[in-house]
Amino acid sequence: MSLLRAHNLRKDYGGVRAVADMSFAVDAGDMVALIGPNGAGKSTCFGILNGQVRPDAGQVLFDGIDITAWPARRVARLGIGRSFQIAQTFGSMSVRENIQMALIARRGFVWRFIGPARALFVEPADALLAQVGLEHVGDRACATLAYGDLKRLELAVALANQPRLLLMDEPTAGMAAADRVDLMTLVRRIAREQRCAVLFTEHDMDIVFAVADRIMVMDRGLLIAEGDAATVRANPAVRAAYLGEDDAT
Amino acid sequence: MDFLVNQFLTGLAGSASLFLIAAGLTVIFGVTRIVNFSHGSLFMLGAYIAWSILTRLPRDPTWFAAGVLAAALATGAIGIALEVGLLRRIYRAPELFQLLATFGVVLIVQDLMPLLWGPNDLPLPRPPWLRGFVTILDQRFPLYDLILIALGPLVLALLWLLLHRTRFGILIRAATEDRDMAAALGIDQRRLFTAVFALGSALAGLGGALSLPNASANLQTDLSVIVEAFVVVVVGGLGSVGGAFLAALLIGELQAFGIALIPRATLVLIFAVMAVVLILRPNGLLGKPLAPVRGSASAPAFIGRPPNWLGGVLLLGFLLAVAAPFVVGPHKIAILTEALIAMVFAAGLHLMMGPGGMPSFGHAAWFGLGAYAAALTAKAFLAPLPPTLLAVSLAAAPIVAGLAGLAFGWFVVRLSGVYLAMLTLAFAQIVWAVASQWTGLTGGDDGILGVWPNMPFYWVVLTLSAATLWLLRRTIYAPYGYALRAARDSAPRAEAIGLNPHALRAVAFGIAGAAAGLAGGLFAFAKGSVFPTYVSIGHSVDALLMVLLGGVGTVIGPMIGGLAYTGLYDVLLQVLPMWRLALGGLIIALVLAFPNGLAGAVRGRAL
Repeated sequence: MSLLRAHNLRKDYGGVRAVADMSFAVDAGDMVALIGPNGAGKSTCFGILNGQVRPDAGQVLFDGIDITAWPARRVARLGIGRSFQIAQTFGSMSVRENIQMALIARRGFVWRFIGPARALFVEPADALLAQVGLEHVGDRACATLAYGDLKRLELAVALANQPRLLLMDEPTAGMAAADRVDLMTLVRRIAREQRCAVLFTEHDMDIVFAVADRIMVMDRGLLIAEGDAATVRANPAVRAAYLGEDDAT
Repeated sequence: MDFLVNQFLTGLAGSASLFLIAAGLTVIFGVTRIVNFSHGSLFMLGAYIAWSILTRLPRDPTWFAAGVLAAALATGAIGIALEVGLLRRIYRAPELFQLLATFGVVLIVQDLMPLLWGPNDLPLPRPPWLRGFVTILDQRFPLYDLILIALGPLVLALLWLLLHRTRFGILIRAATEDRDMAAALGIDQRRLFTAVFALGSALAGLGGALSLPNASANLQTDLSVIVEAFVVVVVGGLGSVGGAFLAALLIGELQAFGIALIPRATLVLIFAVMAVVLILRPNGLLGKPLAPVRGSASAPAFIGRPPNWLGGVLLLGFLLAVAAPFVVGPHKIAILTEALIAMVFAAGLHLMMGPGGMPSFGHAAWFGLGAYAAALTAKAFLAPLPPTLLAVSLAAAPIVAGLAGLAFGWFVVRLSGVYLAMLTLAFAQIVWAVASQWTGLTGGDDGILGVWPNMPFYWVVLTLSAATLWLLRRTIYAPYGYALRAARDSAPRAEAIGLNPHALRAVAFGIAGAAAGLAGGLFAFAKGSVFPTYVSIGHSVDALLMVLLGGVGTVIGPMIGGLAYTGLYDVLLQVLPMWRLALGGLIIALVLAFPNGLAGAVRGRAL
């Protein structure tokens, strides 16, 4: 059974149909890329999945539970982690504290008013930092990290929640080219190890073809193709809608 | 029927005055994003200037109109001076500092005005045409009110033409929509902001001048006017002139009918309407969500581990305070008692402002609620109070204020900073109005007297203050405090790890309310009395100043701030006849010089 299922999602903005009729599924442990030209509806689709956008029609099922238009924090508690286009971290905390905060939330310690938070979950936090290669900067203010490291920190924060699915909206936006491949390779390795599924959007086709198990292509609010890299590359509709731009230039 | 018509027209006249005040405030806010606390002072200046001009002119309608316009222009000129001299320097400062700086202007103006015009109310001698009546449906209705009713829409129309049919208006609207984009397109911001501030100030002056025939120029108008203007602007939507007009109509009519039907509850009624509007339309009737102003949002300061010596210093301070009554005299102990209470008051506010990221301009509301709760409970028993009943009375203070804070917080925490600041201020004014008007319960302005504890109270204050401060400090470093900070640093990320920012913030409101309530209860017994002044705007500002003096980004800050402020206040009050002037100047200097507060200025490591 699929971990995440979207059925006939539709969303209009005024007269503009951002998402026309999207149905797809992500299996446990799968690494799936959602691609498409600008304005294809990827971001709206993502917004629906993580509860920020209420769809006009359709539903989202996670592990058989209807989570359509659930608030983000409920979705999170179910085991869906996410990263943001612009990295979102807790700027007043150290790198380690960012992770500790996520662990505190995960383990239900939030409403404790006594006892220092920074003494909680130090070892699991350091283990998560080691996983993403940030073990040496745990005590630094996270505002001092380079952007690529912030993205890694965000990934570790998401992993602290022991997600079964990671939603990553343009995870490599704003990063240097070499960093991008490194980050997504890391995501792929960790996802494999933890049998965590990943659904991400990405503009860089090299990365998509390199790391994704499966690729879904959107155009004008519709899913026009899906399959592995070779299938998608060969698909004439995709070439026309997307890769065709390359031919024209 | 006659009653309805009469009240309706009275309401319209009131609406026109409200609109004139609110229009200037909202135009200024729209472009500069500054909530100008001194707008009421400009209104008051307009009234006084108009008095000086009109009493020297022939008393016919033409000269009256000319005099009123001259007063408006003069107020506009004062506005220009204010903008160039002060506001221009703080456009990128946090909004709370802007509010405070303009409140400093309020204080300075309050002390300077009596020097120029004397302390007494100045009535405008009214020539016959100003006293005229028009008969409408057999009811005599003041001619001047009808003139006001006509002026409201006229000013609205002129403003609309200015905003929609002139180049200046296009620039204003562009800057309101997106200030940075307007700047990127080559619009000279400095000139635009100055011009807008002049326009808004002139409108305030016009409102003040026009108020003169119905009410003498007096020195209390500034704060009452600004609170009304805040309500109108918030209900209408910040930055929306049309919204201000609608809201002025709504509030004006509510006031007219409220005073006639349920005089006691008018203020409460207005607040209830405001709450309903904001729950249904969080941006006001015609307001749009505020576009974020880029570059002004300061990155949250990193809060590190407190240095090891801090615990020792605090313990030493506590021991010195325990021994103090054996060393120093009763006057010093009284000041020390006040300082301890001030620390608790400030520490609660710091929790919601610092880690919570929520400014409050009405923190005295909770202080007052606590003070009245304690005093009324004590009054229900027999004085003087034995320790057990004192404990019950004192416990009532944080419980009442904390629950009220939690309930209020639940409704308002999803609003943005400026709305929050204005709403907390408005709520404090409601509490103040109830305290001063519900004489049966609170004794009105005479207050509640004779609530003395039957024991040495200083050590009680010291023990409870120290315990509260310690608990608040632990709370900030506890998981809850971290979660609160997480929601402030990045609400989307906080939600994504399963936190509930709304609930976290509402609880912070409750904690801050409880701390302020306890401070109020202690203060009631320390002074043996409770007065409505405990809930005044000035007292809310005291709390803010203490927090800012100590530094929002530090945990030790409110303690330093409370101590420094109480000491400073004591000194200022003794040596300076014009303490408002000094305090106002100090606030402005503080905002200009130390945007991070005192502890922030000397901080190498986080405290």
